[in-house]
Amino acid sequence: MSETASRLRGKDLLGIADLDVSEINLILDTAEAMKEVASRPIKKVPTLRGKTVINLFFEPSTRTRTSFEIAEKRLSADTLNIAIAMSSVVKGETLIDTALNLEAIAPAIMVVRHASSGACHLLARTCRAGIVNAGDGTHEHPTQGLLDAFTIRERKGRIAGLKIAIVGDLLHSRVFRSNILLLTKLGADIWACGPPTLMPPGLDRLGVHATTRVDEAVDGADAIMMLRIQLERMQGGFFPSLREYFTVFGMTPERVRLAKPDAIIMHPGPMNRGVEIASEVADGPASVILDQVTNGVAVRMAVLYLLAGGGENEVAA
Amino acid sequence: MPIVMDADRVSRSLTRIAHEIVEHNLGVDHVALVGVRTRGVPIARRLASLLLTITGREVPGGALDITLYRDDLMKHAVGPQPIVRRTEIPFSLDDRHIVLVDDVLFTGRTIRAALDALIDFGRPRTIQLVVLVDRGHRELPIKADYVGKNLPTSLAETVRVRLAETDGIDEVSIERAEGDQA
Repeated sequence: MSETASRLRGKDLLGIADLDVSEINLILDTAEAMKEVASRPIKKVPTLRGKTVINLFFEPSTRTRTSFEIAEKRLSADTLNIAIAMSSVVKGETLIDTALNLEAIAPAIMVVRHASSGACHLLARTCRAGIVNAGDGTHEHPTQGLLDAFTIRERKGRIAGLKIAIVGDLLHSRVFRSNILLLTKLGADIWACGPPTLMPPGLDRLGVHATTRVDEAVDGADAIMMLRIQLERMQGGFFPSLREYFTVFGMTPERVRLAKPDAIIMHPGPMNRGVEIASEVADGPASVILDQVTNGVAVRMAVLYLLAGGGENEVAA
Repeated sequence: MPIVMDADRVSRSLTRIAHEIVEHNLGVDHVALVGVRTRGVPIARRLASLLLTITGREVPGGALDITLYRDDLMKHAVGPQPIVRRTEIPFSLDDRHIVLVDDVLFTGRTIRAALDALIDFGRPRTIQLVVLVDRGHRELPIKADYVGKNLPTSLAETVRVRLAETDGIDEVSIERAEGDQA
């Protein structure tokens, strides 16, 4: 159960689906060592000196991009942020051309976010640089899944055997997808909950309990993970109103009381207060939402370190 | 596989070094021990307990992982990245005499990395170096202040340090590097 790989097999991190348990353990263990760097007076190590990392964001992001950028800077990489408005990009050829042009600058790694599921896979096949998926469409957001697992492990000492409730917009959430893949691999018992209109089919095949009753999902849980209602991805009425959503699915102090007394409350951010989560819960003592942000930097440092080595992804220039 | 230090020899060397540390620093005020992972850490712990016996004073201790400071990290054409382990230095380095502890001094590159790492934690008054074995072949201008044993070796040989805490036995031996250590 607790075996640890000595390396990641691929040059890229495209999704949790490609990782086995020993690789996940390697990333989480490395992140523990990386977290210590943030407690030093000089929060920087020379590890990736002389390496270039390009953050290529085809979708707006503040939190994830900032987190990657800090991780890169703490490892002494040279970073370049490129934000490309969706409207200016025609999918397919242009995406590849953009990446090939950037690759001519000889980056070691490109961190890519794109609105289309699978965009990172396409780039990974084309580019010699390592590709890190920072969120592709509704597909995966592997570093978010890893930082969530890191936070649970840090607080609970383990992941296997824990009951974890995930509540919210399951249909549009790449965070949800990465999390269920990761947490079930590590042996957690996942209870997914949301309105039927936001529930993807086939959850039982992934080993996930699906329910539309929040109380059932939260009952006796060790961790409660709230997902954001992604209004920008919704075309059509998935539920009558935000107020009704909060009444039926919002995480209130009363609902939290159904979970274990030491249960932790998580949210990948940005939060819609009063929609999926009550402010008393978000700011309460059980909340680890800000720890997730801190841990995100350590996990991303670990991923960059593990992918930048080996030299296979070095572009000879 | 000649054994060059047995448990007795290791123990006597560390006792002597502990006395030298006290003598050199005129006591252990402001002295702290930092072991380089992996085997520098148990050696530093033993020195701390010896210093406690000699002076009656607790000397703070820490563990340093130098992986992120290595100069050969990105040099390997293939092969895994070295595993990064936790650095734990639960005290301020500022104005202290830091005694850095490692098992073998060879090229000096590990110590170079350790010095860079330490400087990122603060500004020590001095940094002094303890090694159990100095085997020569330096590639950098680095020298130990306290040496358990000077051990002339050839580059074809490997010095193997085993400690009770990590390997079940205290022993230093020389082995041929070319794989025929039967």
